[in-house]
Amino acid sequence: MSSPTRFKKTSLIALAVAIVLIIIGIVVNLLPIPDDSMWRVLFGVSTLNFTLRATVPLALGAMAGILCERTGIINIGIEGMMLAGAFAGFVAKVATNDWPLMASLLVGVAAALAAGAAMGYIHALFSIKFKMDQIISGTFLILLAGGLTSYLFNPDSVAEGKFSPIAIPFLSKIPVIGDIFFNNPPITYAAFIIVIALHIGLFHTKWGLRSRAAGEHPRAADTVGINVNFYRYLNTTLGGMVAGLAGGFLVLEAVGQFQEGMTAGRGFISLAAMIFGNWMPFGALGAATLFGYTQGVQNALLLAGVVNIPRHFISMLPYLVTIIAVAGFVGRVRPPAAEGKVYETEGSSE
Amino acid sequence: MSENRIPALEVKHITKRFPGVVANDDVNLTLCKGEILALLGENGAGKSTLMNIIYGLYKPTEGEIYVNGKKAEMRNPKDAIALGIGMVHQHFQLVPVMTVAENIMLGAESVKKNGLLDIKKVAREITELSHRYHLDVDPYATVEDLPVGVQQRVEIIKALYREAEILILDEPTAVLTPQEIEGLFEIMKRLQAQGKSIIFISHKLKEVLYISDRIVVLRDGKVVGETTPAEATQEKLAAMMVGREVILTVDKKPARPGDVVLEVKNLRAKSDLGDEALRGVSFQVREGEILGVAGVQGNGQTELVEVITSLKKAEGGQVIINGEDMTNASPRAITQKGQSSHVPEDRHAYGMVSTYSVADNLVLNTYNLPPFAKGITVNRPAIIEHAEKLIQEFDVRTPSPHTMAGSLSGGNQQKMVVAREFSRPIKLLIAAQPTRGIDVGSIEFIHNQIVAKRDEGVAVLLVSSELDEIMSLSDRIAVMYKGEIIDIVPREEATRENIGLLMAGVKRGEKVSVAG
Repeated sequence: MSSPTRFKKTSLIALAVAIVLIIIGIVVNLLPIPDDSMWRVLFGVSTLNFTLRATVPLALGAMAGILCERTGIINIGIEGMMLAGAFAGFVAKVATNDWPLMASLLVGVAAALAAGAAMGYIHALFSIKFKMDQIISGTFLILLAGGLTSYLFNPDSVAEGKFSPIAIPFLSKIPVIGDIFFNNPPITYAAFIIVIALHIGLFHTKWGLRSRAAGEHPRAADTVGINVNFYRYLNTTLGGMVAGLAGGFLVLEAVGQFQEGMTAGRGFISLAAMIFGNWMPFGALGAATLFGYTQGVQNALLLAGVVNIPRHFISMLPYLVTIIAVAGFVGRVRPPAAEGKVYETEGSSE
Repeated sequence: MSENRIPALEVKHITKRFPGVVANDDVNLTLCKGEILALLGENGAGKSTLMNIIYGLYKPTEGEIYVNGKKAEMRNPKDAIALGIGMVHQHFQLVPVMTVAENIMLGAESVKKNGLLDIKKVAREITELSHRYHLDVDPYATVEDLPVGVQQRVEIIKALYREAEILILDEPTAVLTPQEIEGLFEIMKRLQAQGKSIIFISHKLKEVLYISDRIVVLRDGKVVGETTPAEATQEKLAAMMVGREVILTVDKKPARPGDVVLEVKNLRAKSDLGDEALRGVSFQVREGEILGVAGVQGNGQTELVEVITSLKKAEGGQVIINGEDMTNASPRAITQKGQSSHVPEDRHAYGMVSTYSVADNLVLNTYNLPPFAKGITVNRPAIIEHAEKLIQEFDVRTPSPHTMAGSLSGGNQQKMVVAREFSRPIKLLIAAQPTRGIDVGSIEFIHNQIVAKRDEGVAVLLVSSELDEIMSLSDRIAVMYKGEIIDIVPREEATRENIGLLMAGVKRGEKVSVAG
């Protein structure tokens, strides 16, 4: 009987973890703790900054997953969508290198979004029109993006410049919080806006109500005159765009260049964040923050030169935490009920 | 009621063909304003198909539909809703994880000026509707937490919220308890009083006679007759439905009990929720007799069957089959060594694999034995031959042995389960709710099969919550109450009254105490 509340709580756990992290971070950075203390290594502003940078693509990837899966399309192809977005962003940026920097970067973002949208649409087409197994279709996207980008990539081309931080007036002056949250490049801000917008969209708009119905009980939606597959096409394409933006972030905001296979499993960790966050935008953001933090700590520990732990073990940290989190919470989360099932109108039911 | 006879809905010459099947064959039907029209027919007669056509879910192959005298084009449910048609589906079309208000507004959302959903406004409208029609429901409750009867109310409000004037109720009583059915009938009467026209689909004769103004009978996709409750009787209706005389009472010879086959001694078990479901149950079933277990649902009948068939662990006591202690033996040992068969209460969960073919379902517990097993492989031709034989013998209506079992009608699924369980050489038959949710023709068939097994010398344990079924089949009647067998009554001494009292926990000879 109390099952729905229990499921809601699970996503709150993920969010709580993220909030606790931030609070510890603030406290540690306000107290006069020496620079070489372990507290500083684990919770210093630079560690938390890195955490945020690692969190953004994971959070965007998770939002992409939520968009698709809430309408009933399983999306394990986020990794491929991200990579396609990253590559398209890079190509567009290189092609417009002699434009003004901002214009060129924005063209890059547009290309990343378009590439993601195309990947999302292909996934929807395979899953809905051709009734392909959605896991296979997702795997195909990953392989396609991996193969195509490494085949087309010219290592000699160089993207000149990347997004630089924009300080938000007043807010960026707040100690610690200002440094972490309000002095970031644009895609980072966009990521937070997307999380909030997705939450409001899913739970407080007509679009969200219909999308969720399509993912939970498509026939119920059909019987009240909702075009289930329209919402599935729309949201899978939108999801692809958001995943493409995550790729754009890597090239245009974080690294500034493209590297083969540069998504390095982020699409899969995004999926884990989506599951850990129980298909809820804020839950998934919390989970992404936790996973991002382990990458931040990994970085900080390596920089601090912690000698008594082999660095390979430290590098494993993000993946280990992901496995533990997902394994520990399977059975306590609940995916959309109609996920992965093709919906046909005529004659499909008794 | 329908004196003025203004047609609200007319169906003219509707034919619907599916590959290989004609589901509706030139059907004509008129629903008048303010009347309750019952559409009666066996499972698979084409009732649901016809309603799905009216509701725009299926497109008819031929024919026309008129609403309020005007020709209507139903391309999808949206068109039907716009014309004031509402449908309560047999399987509720509600999203379990959403609230009542969300479910009701879905597809007809109220939106505030800022573009966000106006849940409060919808909740107010729901409260208003529930007052007007006495359909008590909390708009903010989550649907999956609600009892089935309340979910049905939500479905009705969902239709009323869309200002439906014509309501189609597809087998609305199939999932309800007797009390809930009474509640539903009251609601229907109230809706009728407010001028709504209702199509009530059912295969239960008593209900149809009780609630409707007019009855239309459908068989094999065709309208085979029209009558009124005043003119009809249960026997007449049953004959129209099935197309031949149906004997509603089972004709059987006196039992000739032999040796004890099943003995249950002081059996104890817990329910899935952990409370005491069986509190020391003891009885015997002999060769050639039917022991009926009566009782209100949830008094331990389910657990009793599960423990005997080893689907649930006994916490104490013994199950002795053919003189051998089989307490907590493996289910396969019970079926094969114990030579028993089991028609489970929930055929979808325990009786069949919906996604397997009929042929495969018919060998679910014999596939590992010759002739169906050949070394480590299965003998396909033998399985198909076996299936064809049983389909014939047990009158399972299926296009072929290769058809997916899940696509058959409920009655035919049950006949398939019965065919599998009855066709093996057995000494003990455990049948739990063997005719739940199936049509009259199939019920008659299954009842006769059970009696035939008894006459062959099989010991039959029949568990049913339908008192009529218990009364017409059993040789002795055991009544369960709160995890105990409160009494065992020979059939000759049993009346509906004394069994009813036992079901309520009042022992024979005891005075009904007012305080209790």
